[in-house]
Amino acid sequence: MDINDIIKPENQVYKKPALLNDNYMHYCPGCSHGVVHKLVAEIIEEMGVGEKTVGVAPVGCSVFAYNYIDVDWIEAAHGRAPAIATAVSRLYPKNLVFTYQGDGDLAAIGTAETIHAANRGENITIIFINNAIYGMTGGQMAPTTLLGMKTATTPYGRRVDLNGYPLKIGDILAQLDGTCYVTRQSVHTPAAVRKAKAAIKKAFQNSLDRKGTSVVEIVSTCNSGWKLTPEQSNKWMVEHMFEKYPMGDLKNL
Amino acid sequence: MAKIRGAVTVNEERCKGCNLCVVACPTQTLSLQPKEVNDRGYHFAYMSNPEACIGCASCALVCPDACIEVYKVKLD
Repeated sequence: MDINDIIKPENQVYKKPALLNDNYMHYCPGCSHGVVHKLVAEIIEEMGVGEKTVGVAPVGCSVFAYNYIDVDWIEAAHGRAPAIATAVSRLYPKNLVFTYQGDGDLAAIGTAETIHAANRGENITIIFINNAIYGMTGGQMAPTTLLGMKTATTPYGRRVDLNGYPLKIGDILAQLDGTCYVTRQSVHTPAAVRKAKAAIKKAFQNSLDRKGTSVVEIVSTCNSGWKLTPEQSNKWMVEHMFEKYPMGDLKNL
Repeated sequence: MAKIRGAVTVNEERCKGCNLCVVACPTQTLSLQPKEVNDRGYHFAYMSNPEACIGCASCALVCPDACIEVYKVKLD
């Protein structure tokens, strides 16, 4: 059978989601952000809530998320995305409100906003991309950086006596009464991508049903910051990150 | 004889040559262009072994830039 007989519209089984627009993404080759953007666009399209979705973009590599996903967006000050999402969700209770944050944004400068928004049980979804490094500014140590991990500011590896322990913010948020769903996923294999998609979809549905705060932590790679190829960084993530940040639901009410 | 045949199209200008689709493909259908590059200088992915494709969409799922579209037909 000729290849041109297969490539016909009626045989199409997978295409770029319509809500992901044609702007060229500024992310490095192999960055996990692209996969998560694609999942978010796919899910909003499948749920048919594109007209009433408001995203809150963070500061970090994903600061330009509003250029890529065709829904309404607000750009928040560094770390303040959950506070802005709180306001949007209270003013427009029928809207689907989600924040998209990295670990420097959510777990460092925005810890207070994140914990208090989750503790108040705001009906928002927090998508948390945890790559254990500050990617945009050049690979400095983040609170989630693993012990012994080399970064620009810990060139000999993170030390407990100097830098403290990695912060498992997902586990902290799971202990709060305001959260209804806290899960940790990854997007390094096709199976993991499918699971992450189901998790984000469930979180969005919880927000629409106004059940409380949903947190989807996505353990991801930063191949530029880790100084590895995309393929090697996926392997490194499975070997090292999954030990500290195991996959699975931390809370599911 | 395979009962399912698949094919993918790669948006060559959007592809950044990250190699993740090549790793994810269970049938070694995809490769990166050994010499040719796109406008941005990346060695983009292409079907080097089109007969092997089963249309499983693994490549498209892991593609960070959503540049792969997948087609599948069942052969009688």
